[in-house]
Amino acid sequence: MIAELGHFALALAVAFAVAQAVLPLWGAWRGEARLMQAAPALALGQMIALAVSFGCLVLVSVNDDFSVLNIAENSHTLKPLLYKITGAWGSHEGSILFWCLILALCGGAVALFGNPLPASLRARVIGILGATACGFDLFCLIESNPFARLWPPPANGRDMNPLLQDPGLAFHPPILYAGYVGFAIPFAFAIAALLEGRIDAAWGRWVRPWTLGAWCCLTGGIALGSWWSYYVLGWGGFWFWDPVENASLLPWLTGTALLHSAIVVEKREALKTWTVLLAIGTFALSLSGTFLVRSGILNSVHSFANDPARGVFILGLLAVIIGGSLLIFAIRAPTLGGSGLFAPISREGALVLNNILLCSIAAVVMTGTIYPLFADLLLDQKISVGPPFFQATVLPLATPVFLAMSLGPTLSWKRAALFPAMLRLWWAALVALAVGVFASFGMAALPAFAMAAAAWMIFGALAEIVERIRLFRLPIGSSFARLVALPLSTFGTTLGHAGLGVTIAGIAGMSMSTERVVLMHPGDTVDVAGYDFRLVELHDAKGSNYNARVATIAISRNGVPLVTLAPERRAFTTQVMTTTEAKINTNFFRDLYVVLGEERDGAAVMRLHDNPLAPWIWFGALIMAAGGACSLADRRLRIAAPTRAASPKNTAPKNTVQA
Amino acid sequence: MNRRWLLAAPLAAAGLAGAGFWRMLSGMSSGNFDPRGVPSMLIDKPLPDFALPGFTAADVRAAGHPVVINFFASWCAPCIDEAPTLVALSRAGVALWGIAYKDKPAATDAFLARHGNPFTRLARDEPGVVAIDWGVTGVPETYLVDPKGIVRWRFSGPLPIEAAQALAGRLRA
Repeated sequence: MIAELGHFALALAVAFAVAQAVLPLWGAWRGEARLMQAAPALALGQMIALAVSFGCLVLVSVNDDFSVLNIAENSHTLKPLLYKITGAWGSHEGSILFWCLILALCGGAVALFGNPLPASLRARVIGILGATACGFDLFCLIESNPFARLWPPPANGRDMNPLLQDPGLAFHPPILYAGYVGFAIPFAFAIAALLEGRIDAAWGRWVRPWTLGAWCCLTGGIALGSWWSYYVLGWGGFWFWDPVENASLLPWLTGTALLHSAIVVEKREALKTWTVLLAIGTFALSLSGTFLVRSGILNSVHSFANDPARGVFILGLLAVIIGGSLLIFAIRAPTLGGSGLFAPISREGALVLNNILLCSIAAVVMTGTIYPLFADLLLDQKISVGPPFFQATVLPLATPVFLAMSLGPTLSWKRAALFPAMLRLWWAALVALAVGVFASFGMAALPAFAMAAAAWMIFGALAEIVERIRLFRLPIGSSFARLVALPLSTFGTTLGHAGLGVTIAGIAGMSMSTERVVLMHPGDTVDVAGYDFRLVELHDAKGSNYNARVATIAISRNGVPLVTLAPERRAFTTQVMTTTEAKINTNFFRDLYVVLGEERDGAAVMRLHDNPLAPWIWFGALIMAAGGACSLADRRLRIAAPTRAASPKNTAPKNTVQA
Repeated sequence: MNRRWLLAAPLAAAGLAGAGFWRMLSGMSSGNFDPRGVPSMLIDKPLPDFALPGFTAADVRAAGHPVVINFFASWCAPCIDEAPTLVALSRAGVALWGIAYKDKPAATDAFLARHGNPFTRLARDEPGVVAIDWGVTGVPETYLVDPKGIVRWRFSGPLPIEAAQALAGRLRA
């Protein structure tokens, strides 16, 4: 009964989505105010219907209703409650429904917070979101119905893939999807602007917070996914240039570019056409990522239930959405009008450089990801593209990004002088040089260079704040007063740039990790990077739906005991699958990482790692996301005050629309 | 005018990529494209020499018509999935010759009695040595050998119905 209710709510959502797509767009085209006003209510209706539908799926899962096919295939009575709830978005069908729910939440958010928007723009944005939702809701209803019944119901379910039974991964999809789908809003704004035939500073200001929000979520989602592969897969790596990882990196790269080019639209009304294209492209890449993962075209460790028939439906959907939007772009973009002028050396110039480089990186990553497929299709060659390609191609493009990143924010708009800007950063350069020289004693050339670049990014970002508060040049009290008065978005920039620096430092440190694979008897001691790992004993343990083999490892340094870790190997009974539970001890500057492998004759294969600076990789991503959130909390964005950049000291923000 | 063309470029690029993906997807369901598979070294090469109880390589070459050779086993669950497709294929007039891979004769016979016997000739490769010469990666696996004894096509895994239809159409043509 609950399943049927959920199914009905899903069908209702499709109906709402169709109405949401048709009525507001028709109204905006014909200038019918009443039709345009219907938009928010329809978006909220779709959102509520999908929320009910998804709630039903969670309820069915918690109730262990194995007469529902999706639950029978992915759940089990012994599965812990947490994973019964999160399993609702873990399966293919459930994840599509969840995807639709987030898209509907985006529509709802525009409906709720879009009051300051001009009526026709809001109607068009909501209408475009509705049209997109229409396709995906239909896909969910027709091709991957999560409520399909199974008769006769089995006594128990087949259980979820044990690799996915992990708290980190349980909350990974919501954040990642919020990032992917969140870019639907800038996309809808871009299409709406094309339909309106007008883009101005106000448009840039409205688009920015939505882009920021989606970008924060995507950053967090990618970081969480990478962290999961670090500690769950137990391979000791954090990024494998796997197609699925690349699929999430691509929209992140273009989304970062969008974030920056939208600033130019907002402040200077330049780069309009390019920004619109980026908004379309970012969402297109988000969609294509979902498609490639689910169609079974890509080889990956993250395999979903692949099905070419479903792939065809999604491909058709993508053709309509991406093809349609690019068609509108091709027809309407020439009407968008000219842009503000600027010299090559200026803030705009720096942001253009950022865009060119980020998009080049995206192009390279995309080439590496899909080239093997097209080589197979067109040239009949089986090739695989691995980390060496990506390292060799991404690094030369990323290096100028790192170098220019600290410089960009210090340049002034329109026209700037490079030399004075560099002078202002002399001490950051000095710190970077010192770090680089110091690192080169213990590291290879490339990681040492990366450490220097990281220091340059971190201190260069701080230099921006130092410069603006005139630290040590004014009395400390007035510097502090300036610090308090700084807009939050300044801290956002600083945190975002410094966070990337921290991540780069982590990656550089991680490249210096030591790994040993040894056969150990209980009582044996092995030395890894100056730490003594002693295997104390091995024993059996029992979990809720698995049996475990646990090793006790005591780690000491120079005879001083540090910590005892207990890595496990778990044998899941229902899915007949073994997983390794790596155990990690971290002191923020290094991870000691142990994995229990196979056993023979009372001895166990142990994999022991010492990973310097590894936590920084994810900590940096967290700082980046925090920077985005900080920028998002900035008053100007929050209020979406429709003022021109020429008068930033706006004291009386009114919810009026700029003509 | 130039600017217009430039603005249409993203559409063209997306269209090309989409067409490529569509061909991949349709190739995946018809068995002509397998992004995960390992390519067979036998394609467009003469079939390897073998002599099994049932038939030999010479028999295949002497058949005078294209022969579809299917490696299968009674212990293989995907082979059960595939059985109805093979039966339909043999009804369509395709010459299907089976090679039972690492299987006891009694078990093979019981399997064929239960799921239908689509094979005009049946050979038994109990030690699995011939399968190594063919480069079989797993059962079921299907090969098309032309009248000259050249291997023209291979499919690894249970044959989807679309792939079987494409194969029958190709042999009729």
